[in-house]
Amino acid sequence: MSGVLQVGSYTFHSRLIVGTGKYASNEIMREAIGESGTELVTVALRRVNLNNPGEPSLLDFIPDNVRILPNTAGCHTTEEALNVARLAKAAGIGTLVKLEIIGDQDLLWPDPVATLEATKILVQEGFTVMVYTTPDPVLAKYLDQAGAHAIMPLGSPIGSGQGVLDVEAIQRFKHRVSVPVIVDAGIGSPQDASLAMETGADGVLINTAIAHAKDPSLMARAMKLAVEAGRLGFEAGRMPKRQQAEASSPTAGMVGR
Amino acid sequence: MRLIINGETRELEGIESIKDMLDSLGVDHQTVAVMVNGEIIGRADFVSRPVQDHDAIEIVRFVGGG
Repeated sequence: MSGVLQVGSYTFHSRLIVGTGKYASNEIMREAIGESGTELVTVALRRVNLNNPGEPSLLDFIPDNVRILPNTAGCHTTEEALNVARLAKAAGIGTLVKLEIIGDQDLLWPDPVATLEATKILVQEGFTVMVYTTPDPVLAKYLDQAGAHAIMPLGSPIGSGQGVLDVEAIQRFKHRVSVPVIVDAGIGSPQDASLAMETGADGVLINTAIAHAKDPSLMARAMKLAVEAGRLGFEAGRMPKRQQAEASSPTAGMVGR
Repeated sequence: MRLIINGETRELEGIESIKDMLDSLGVDHQTVAVMVNGEIIGRADFVSRPVQDHDAIEIVRFVGGG
């Protein structure tokens, strides 16, 4: 894989981040994570079920070489998100957090005001903050100035599989922020992942597209290859587009002409 | 002692610390985070931090998520 993904002090050799939600079983999830080649997976924080306190821990199904990225999914206010982030840190798995504060429940669209406010506070508290955000380039600049360690615009609504609706947003972000830009949410197929990477994203975060594939392990591998291909394509630099054809074979020396 | 744990009222006897409470509930210390009356308690303090009648306690763990 070309290069590394650097988020704060953390280095990753895969540019694919995988979510751990929605799998039919922990075993299927573990296999998919392995096939994806990821070194970073998201997890959520929820109340222990007191009626089944001994159920196996999700963490037991995550390979040792894979780091945990706790999210604040489900939070609707700055206070809620700060609480979840601090609890995750107290659970003793490091300073990484994926900040996600929802402002519209139907679209699971980020609340930009609360997100910026929480970013500032979490950065001051020493977290490594990866921020789920709208594809707004001005907000991205503010998040960068606030010290976010990665900025993660949505491609399309979470779990929708609509792909990256505004691909240009990736380039707008890349021209304006100093930290990695990771497309989070909406990736539905390998071509979506590849397009995001080819457009210049530093990484992609994928959950539903893998977990809800007919064969999650096979899709995880497809996404791995798509992310790699897209990244290599970006680094290689694509040819310019033309309005008209340009022959690939010599135009001189045609037989009988 | 009556505690409100994850929104449920529980009667637990013979417990003094968070560690005692987790043991009584059958919850593994290694995989949870605990908040008492809104205050986050580090794992290192589970043994020393007392719990008192009517404390509101949250016990959380990591689950699958995106």
